[in-house]
Amino acid sequence: MIRMLHTIPILATKEVRDGLRNRWVVATILLLGTLALALSFLGSAPVGEIKAGILEVSVVSLTSLSMYLLPLIALMLSFDALVGEFEHGTMLLLLTYPVARWQIIAGKFLGHTTILLVAILLGYGSALGILILVGDGDTTGWQAYSAMMASSLLLGCVFLTIGYLISSLARERAVAVGAAVGTWLMLVVLYDLGLLSALIIDKGEYISEGLFAVLMLANPADAYRLFNFTGFGEVGRLVGATGVGAGFESGLVAPLVAMGLWVVVPFLLAIARFHRREL
Amino acid sequence: MPANTVHAIELRAVDKRYGKAVVVDGIDLQVHRGECFVLIGHNGAGKTTIMKLMLGLTRPSTGQVMVLAEDPASRSFVVRRQALGYLPESVSFYPHMTGLELLDYYAHLKGVPATEVGQRLQQVGLHEAATRRLNTYSKGMRQRLGLAQAILGTPRLLFLDEPTTGLDPLLRRDFYRIISDLRSSGTTVVISSHALNEIEAQADRIAVIKHGRLVACGSLQDLGRQAGFPVRTRLAVAPGSAARVAEQLAAHTRIDRVNDRSIDLLCPENEKMLVLRHIADLGEAVLDISMTAPRLDEIYLHYMNGVQ
Repeated sequence: MIRMLHTIPILATKEVRDGLRNRWVVATILLLGTLALALSFLGSAPVGEIKAGILEVSVVSLTSLSMYLLPLIALMLSFDALVGEFEHGTMLLLLTYPVARWQIIAGKFLGHTTILLVAILLGYGSALGILILVGDGDTTGWQAYSAMMASSLLLGCVFLTIGYLISSLARERAVAVGAAVGTWLMLVVLYDLGLLSALIIDKGEYISEGLFAVLMLANPADAYRLFNFTGFGEVGRLVGATGVGAGFESGLVAPLVAMGLWVVVPFLLAIARFHRREL
Repeated sequence: MPANTVHAIELRAVDKRYGKAVVVDGIDLQVHRGECFVLIGHNGAGKTTIMKLMLGLTRPSTGQVMVLAEDPASRSFVVRRQALGYLPESVSFYPHMTGLELLDYYAHLKGVPATEVGQRLQQVGLHEAATRRLNTYSKGMRQRLGLAQAILGTPRLLFLDEPTTGLDPLLRRDFYRIISDLRSSGTTVVISSHALNEIEAQADRIAVIKHGRLVACGSLQDLGRQAGFPVRTRLAVAPGSAARVAEQLAAHTRIDRVNDRSIDLLCPENEKMLVLRHIADLGEAVLDISMTAPRLDEIYLHYMNGVQ
């Protein structure tokens, strides 16, 4: 058992090193940081009649940014985690070492999560520092901001495990790339469009508020948005007029459970699939 | 490990099929502890698959594989892999890592002390290139690094799949010297190879694989005997006595070649001692004698061409 616990950090350390050597990953993380800072500056302008702290205003813009970029970074890190090693031939050797298959996925998950954590802390943490400075030390809404950072990591974890599942199913790296891009498009972009179209066509006939809530929670990106937009009062009021969460309070627990399931289920499926794969 | 297990590896009626293709067909074999067991056969004969079955990388379709008295594909075998070393046919590494980083990574995974990494790099002659990235390594350097990772922790079982392909003769010699050292510390070695001449000297036993089937298995002498290969005996004879000696021996064995100073005889393996006695009776007419067993490449060709 001690050796088992010892192995995962070894694998994770290598993944952190690999991730930071990947120029695409580094570039996207830098983009995340830059956009976070830019949006925070823009958002720190006067906010009109609604009395909200600048941190809460930033939560709105940064949530939208995270929703698009973090899944992309996570999928870029994870899509070739398994298929890449199979295709490159390094998996053959790795599997002759005293490493269980679940440990390989767990090690990669730990390493990739560390990279995401660093990206979020650097990007959103530095933005937080600047916002507090600009706001003359006003820390109102720090809870919403912190929750946004934590849930962003969770969203990243969701797409990491989806990436591992894709990687365990794909026979070729090229197929995994396509599947990862497709998954990102579907969950982050097209799902909302589809839901919106369905609402317009339905005109409230079949899609009840309850069903709508379930459909929102069923998509991890929307669950993330619900958590941040409706979980904290002031933020909810800010997006109330235009946001997706209008007229519907999900609370904090349901979106977290939904995202938690989106981490656990693909993770377990990826392990099960990986176990069946022969070399 | 149970005390009554004598084999390091045992395959019992092992089949491996991929769809309709039968890659390994009913193989029974045992690898004894401490021996050097060599798999030979044509391309696509199933040698690599047999090795993967032994390593637990793939499971048999039917039959049973036992390595160190356990199923190597079972989850409980994972910790036992500490006792294994493997060098695949075309070894692949992470190109952005340096030799030192890579070996350090594998040593950590195997629970081998970090101090051994430097020793192994020295042993394979890569200590000077240790801090270079692997994408700058030549084929020979990668192969040597492959050996270095395979022998980390002095494995009890070492699997080498075509290990010397792409190595120059000097490196091959070093390669076999390292393997010899390991064998003297008790490591069981399984090698698959096409380099028959160089592997002949290493092999304790040889398994000949043809179309997924085991067509022969044994020591070089055993294989020669099974194949009915004669032992070649060369006699150096006193000047002027060749014709007389040949005439006397012709009654007992087959004369292959005669010239003024030497005579070549061919006799079946089981008549070797009898012929030697007849030679001894010839007295001082015979100045010297040398016997050569059939070579592995001859045996290989015999089994590849003849046996179905």
